[in-house]
Amino acid sequence: MSTVISVANLKKSYGATQAVSGVDLQISQGEIFALLGPNGAGKTTTVEILEGFRDRDSGEVKVLGFDPATKGAAGQAWRDRIGIVLQSTEDTGDLTVYESVSHFAKYYKSPKDPREVIDLVGLSEKVDALGRTLSGGQRRRLDVALGIIGSPELIFLDEPTTGFDPEARRAFWALIRNLRDEGATVLLTTHYLDEAEALADRVAVINHGKIIEVSTPELLGGRATSLATVSWREDGLTKSEKSENPTALVSQLAVRFNGDIPELSVKRASLEDIYLEMIGGVNE
Amino acid sequence: MNKPTALSIGIQRGGLEIRQFMRQRESVVFTMLFPLILLAIFGSVFSNQIAEGVTFSQYFVAGMIASGLVNTGFQQLAIMIPMERDFGTLKRLRGTPMPASSYFIGKSILVTLSMLVQVLLLLVAGVAFFGINLPTTADKWLILLALLVIGSACSTILGIAFSNVPKSGRGASAVVSPVVIVLQFFSGVFFIFTDLPQWMQQVAAIFPLKWMTQGARSVFLPDSFAAQEVAGSWETGRTFAIIGAWLVVGLIWAIRSFKWERQ
Repeated sequence: MSTVISVANLKKSYGATQAVSGVDLQISQGEIFALLGPNGAGKTTTVEILEGFRDRDSGEVKVLGFDPATKGAAGQAWRDRIGIVLQSTEDTGDLTVYESVSHFAKYYKSPKDPREVIDLVGLSEKVDALGRTLSGGQRRRLDVALGIIGSPELIFLDEPTTGFDPEARRAFWALIRNLRDEGATVLLTTHYLDEAEALADRVAVINHGKIIEVSTPELLGGRATSLATVSWREDGLTKSEKSENPTALVSQLAVRFNGDIPELSVKRASLEDIYLEMIGGVNE
Repeated sequence: MNKPTALSIGIQRGGLEIRQFMRQRESVVFTMLFPLILLAIFGSVFSNQIAEGVTFSQYFVAGMIASGLVNTGFQQLAIMIPMERDFGTLKRLRGTPMPASSYFIGKSILVTLSMLVQVLLLLVAGVAFFGINLPTTADKWLILLALLVIGSACSTILGIAFSNVPKSGRGASAVVSPVVIVLQFFSGVFFIFTDLPQWMQQVAAIFPLKWMTQGARSVFLPDSFAAQEVAGSWETGRTFAIIGAWLVVGLIWAIRSFKWERQ
């Protein structure tokens, strides 16, 4: 697996504020990698340095083998290989979906077919609608279409499913997996932990400008070996117990109830629980 | 497929800019008709002759054509670009391989087209309703053409440069419009320039609009009127030199200060 993004000891401060203080990251080709962290943790700054929007103070950064701070023709050739879906934009309101997508296709060396991309993001019925008439979720899908029209090798997705209904989110996740299966690498930032869990091969948690941990969603923060919560209904009350060995506890309960345990559930800590614990229990 | 050149993408962007502009109907009507409304008002209020064979309308049309250069270039872009910066249009474009020059080529095409429509409307309405006399010699038309080309380029580049001054898209109009209106008053668009107080004339002489109005007068007013200008002549050479100097200043200013993102 070749490395698509490699970051070593990245630092950036704004005045006296150290936004990023020594980030290291390695992201391989074909990975969906989620970067999680509260607002102000250095997430956006890190991603914007990788996208070439911001200059760094120090550290090594290679994205598709290039330094994103490269300007001029080389920087332009590099941009041909990446796709960026920014957070909420309000532009292209006076253009139709087709006009926007087919125009952006002209910026790239080997664009995808605009119609196909519009179908792919599920905007076929809105192809001739003006941008300003789209709903929030539809706008987001247009943003994604504009981000992937150039057949990017690497896609940056910043909060991609804000404003989506559950069905649209699932369709969107399928789309992202599909792009990955075609060989693209995806760097995702999101506030939805279930989204990271559903999509990401690996997640990194960033806080106070540093990466706290990089792991798979299943193993992050010792999640797989964390205590499981077993709960059931007894004497008209919901009872629950944390256990290192839930199987044994369930067996005991099965004996006690002589068969069916009322309202039995066994839960491991969710990614969200682990995440909140890692960033100090403060949500945003 | 080979990647298209900056110029061909720029031309495509120009088409897109025009399409977007045309879809904002209220602003199209307002931008294009407002100068005509002003012409109607001033033409009716001041129906006197300001010199032998020169009506105030004739003087005013020259000023309005010069203003048209400022409105369609400087004013339009210095308001539009901060809004695009706020909307994320510029940042999104920055994230694509689109050459930066294509964006400015697209804007220039939009300015050129709206400027031509504006000037044409003023000339047609002026001739049809206010008895405006068009230039009769080839060299006057040539000066008009040069003035439109160089004046519009200067106005465009200054609009791009000035787009960094308003702090937000919503506030841009409040920052830019007063600058334009004050300059119009100072530069002899609404009043006879030589009737203005000395200090006002001197302030105006620093900025390009005064020279654009004077250049337009040299085209639309009889040569006999040149004697009534400040210098007693049209100062055609100086006119183009000063507009050209502002073009260079604007270019350096724009290159140094242009931002693709709201700070």
